[in-house]
Amino acid sequence: MADSITIFLDKCTGCTLCVKACPFGAIHMANKKAVIDMAVCTLCGACVEACKFRAIELKKTAGGKKDLSKYKDVWVFCEQKQGVIQSISYELLGEGKKLAGELGVKLCAVILGSGIESKIGELSARGADKIYFVDHPALKSYQDDPYTEVLVKLAEEYFPEIILCGATTIGRSLVSRVAVRINAGLTADCTALDIDKKERLLLQTRPAFGGNIMATIITPNHRPQMATVRHKVMKEAGTFSSNKAEVVRKSYPEAVLSSRTRLLDVVKEIEETVNLAEADIIVSGGRGLGGPENFSVIKELAKVLNAAVGASRAAVDSDWIPYSHQVGQTGKTVCPRLYIACGISGQIQHLIGMQSSDIIVAINKDPDAPIFKIATYGIVGDVLQVVPALTKEFKRILNK
Amino acid sequence: MRQKFIMNIIVCIKQVPNTTDVRIDPLTNTLIREGVESVINPFDAYAIEEAVRLKERLGGKVTALTMGPPQAENALKEAISLGCDEAVLVSDRKFAGSDTWATSYTLSAAIKKLGAFDVIICGKQASDGDTAQVGPGISAHLNIPQVTYVKKIEQISAASAKVERMTEEGYDIVETPLPCLFTVVKEINTPRLPSMRGMMKAKSVKVTKWTADDIEADPRLLGLDGSPTRVVKIFTPAPRKGGEILNGDTADIARELAELLKDAVI
Amino acid sequence: MDYFLTEQQCMMRELAKKIADEKIKPVAAHYDETEEFAWPIMKILADSDLFGVYIPEQYGGLGGGITDMCVVTEELSRACGGIALGYAGTGLGTIPILLYGSEEQKKKFLPDIARGKRLAAFCLTEAEAGSDAGSMKTTAKKDGDHYILNGTKQWITNAGEAEVYTVIAITDKAKGTRGASAFIVEKGTKGMDFGKKEKKMGIRASATREVIFTDCRVPASNLISKEGMGFIVALKTLDNSRPGVAAQAVGIAQGALDHAVEYSRTRVQFGQPISGFQAIQHMLADMGTQVEAARALVYATARLVDSGAKSVSKESAMAKLFASETAMKVTTDAVQIFGGYGYMRDYPVEKLMRDAKITQIYEGTSQVQRNVIASNMIKESLKK
Repeated sequence: MADSITIFLDKCTGCTLCVKACPFGAIHMANKKAVIDMAVCTLCGACVEACKFRAIELKKTAGGKKDLSKYKDVWVFCEQKQGVIQSISYELLGEGKKLAGELGVKLCAVILGSGIESKIGELSARGADKIYFVDHPALKSYQDDPYTEVLVKLAEEYFPEIILCGATTIGRSLVSRVAVRINAGLTADCTALDIDKKERLLLQTRPAFGGNIMATIITPNHRPQMATVRHKVMKEAGTFSSNKAEVVRKSYPEAVLSSRTRLLDVVKEIEETVNLAEADIIVSGGRGLGGPENFSVIKELAKVLNAAVGASRAAVDSDWIPYSHQVGQTGKTVCPRLYIACGISGQIQHLIGMQSSDIIVAINKDPDAPIFKIATYGIVGDVLQVVPALTKEFKRILNK
Repeated sequence: MRQKFIMNIIVCIKQVPNTTDVRIDPLTNTLIREGVESVINPFDAYAIEEAVRLKERLGGKVTALTMGPPQAENALKEAISLGCDEAVLVSDRKFAGSDTWATSYTLSAAIKKLGAFDVIICGKQASDGDTAQVGPGISAHLNIPQVTYVKKIEQISAASAKVERMTEEGYDIVETPLPCLFTVVKEINTPRLPSMRGMMKAKSVKVTKWTADDIEADPRLLGLDGSPTRVVKIFTPAPRKGGEILNGDTADIARELAELLKDAVI
Repeated sequence: MDYFLTEQQCMMRELAKKIADEKIKPVAAHYDETEEFAWPIMKILADSDLFGVYIPEQYGGLGGGITDMCVVTEELSRACGGIALGYAGTGLGTIPILLYGSEEQKKKFLPDIARGKRLAAFCLTEAEAGSDAGSMKTTAKKDGDHYILNGTKQWITNAGEAEVYTVIAITDKAKGTRGASAFIVEKGTKGMDFGKKEKKMGIRASATREVIFTDCRVPASNLISKEGMGFIVALKTLDNSRPGVAAQAVGIAQGALDHAVEYSRTRVQFGQPISGFQAIQHMLADMGTQVEAARALVYATARLVDSGAKSVSKESAMAKLFASETAMKVTTDAVQIFGGYGYMRDYPVEKLMRDAKITQIYEGTSQVQRNVIASNMIKESLKK
């Protein structure tokens, strides 16, 4: 059943474009001809596209395809915490409706919890055609075992072709286990979802290698096709107040809902400022601030704009501000409407965390700072002068 | 005579390219791989540190395990220099092209071969794939309880553990029976640097090497064939273009910018 | 240049470099500013097993010698000569015990030092006895099974932070050069106090204080070797430790050189990087050659010491003299290459120049080193 890849040595000119194109380092040159190391090659085909001489052929064997026609519908796992549906769920319902439309199938919301009857109306209003509804005290708060069991049982009974879930701490824990249990393909942190109508495939696009490249992934022979999506990547579903979803109420015996782990307590850590991951506006400070005391300048502007305060790794590593504010590869990924980077040079590790912001403003005294390459508006200047001036102007505009 | 509980800890690590070094060649729009060294996945350093701390606290043995090409042995040696006692490399051409399903299956087969264990610790995610799926995948294959995003192990004994699981709003306190699997986040500890004794041990230690046959894995579930997902396209994202640089004196620029952003902030 | 270090020495260098780059460099300027003692770095060094590189394995060390200590000191000094002194100064304070201590003393004191649990300090200098160590005034009077120490030692590296002190004191003034003895005194001994921390030009992260003995009762079992051996212990100690100071100087110089080369590549004047100008290139060439020559001399000397050679005074003095003069010259040149920026405290090189100066002064001034070298040369010539 194996696909295969071949290099036609007579066509290969030794130009090494394929070597450079391979993201996995699977190609090297031997006697001026390209050689693919099959132990490393993932048959992704990047080299095929890169070769100008059509010297590489990727053969995909068509045979052995399973009959997957019984799998239908797009499911969205709707995460709720303490009875409140998380906004990521609405974003997935929005995206899910689009996908369901293209496939000509239903959009189904899946919700587990306790005392969540009122959520049916909310999910209907967001466009769900069908709601799989499981309400039981054991499901009040998320625990891996019961949620996994229930989702597995639902999938095994109703054969969804796609399951979408938020890439949250709960979501990622949950669907990773479910995917293994039902032998499904799972792609994490998708930034784009599309449908290949001919093959009825979900095309899952996501960043890799720290966001330096994008990969499109499919699950050709397994169902359901599962994908997680990060917060604020997709647009929220609109409201369809007159929509009435079909509700499928399921209940399961105690054995299914039991949990090996026990939740003893839920601790909320109070953030004095707006939650970074949810924020629409973020003002961030970096090494260019010069010292921890200068974060006050950032906090002032953030207060006026009702924004969250972010920081680069340099500022966090220097102990100027706690790690919970760090934006970047090893910190949080944010996607606000407006990101103001103050005294941040714009190393790739930081950009990965914020480059999908709608508007980026960069303030830095170094005109060659990489951040200016992606900033919508850039100011070359002293952060400690410019930011207070901005604060003053915004105060005026917003009448504060 | 009361027998001291000896804890058997397994740490799953991955060798990844140092993504802080990975760049795109602007001329060919492809990844520059030359000079990019391979390192232990940054999150795994926290897993190793936590495992070694547990060993120091309670007594026991830490085994570092990885699935990878032959050079992944270097990552295992580094793990030894950081305090792990034994190292196992699972390597076979048959694993090539594994997605997270096949990877977690392969690792769980290797763990079954290792025998009884008390705790498996994994880093939250790998910096090249960033999926965070392998850890939970392993616990699903082995059918053991898991707690992900662990930021503190408050108590642990032979039978159970009480840990703090990080959430978006704070943390949960979760109790789990052993054996179990944890994935850990950076908040859990500060990884140590290797010690001289550790480095000398790493030089002399013999890494156990297993192939697909050694771990008695079902060949249909390995590598590309065992992977439900398939990469069909790799491309470089359209680079975000720079906008305009505002010039002028501070007060003027501030006014101009505030005007431009008026709609965004209201 | 390859100095053909052993595998273990290469590991040491790699580890010391990692600690220097990842842990010391980011905080060097901070400690220079606050003049605090860098205990967090000492803890990292302790956990890394580096404190024991020159201590025999049976006492918990890694069984290396002075070469190993130099390798580590050089790498740490590249990041900060002051912080490195917590490590190197401990070496200096430990050498008397290593060279002349009894089995019991070694068993008692070396393991904790090897583990980095306790730091050490060497107490020789006094207000009236610098180069002229012979005119020291601190006395040790035998009283039953104790010695009573009285006097003040000055400018002692690690004083107040260290727990193990090797002290040279006069036991019999009449005996002149045979009238001093060496003692081990532990911090916390009644009658032992410390003066205020000195404010220094450089190596500000190093703690330098007076050590004041007022009727301080030290057990006779803490006498190192025999009464009267004090000056011999001191001189032999310095012969063994001078390569370490030289290694510190080489490290500081290399750090300055690295900064200078990088700066010259990025600083553009008259339309080109200043590294394109011959004036700068010649300066860099001279700096680079001098640092390499100093390094070569340091490691050749360290190997000589480790080989167990009977007489190493001349070579030790040469290494220390040459390396410290080199460090002063190279750091001054580095400031010069940085120009105006080199004078500014926001840039790292002025600190290096301030740090380098002390290497020409402590553990024997350059003038003393020259005396030692010349007298050895003359002695050798007489023998021929």
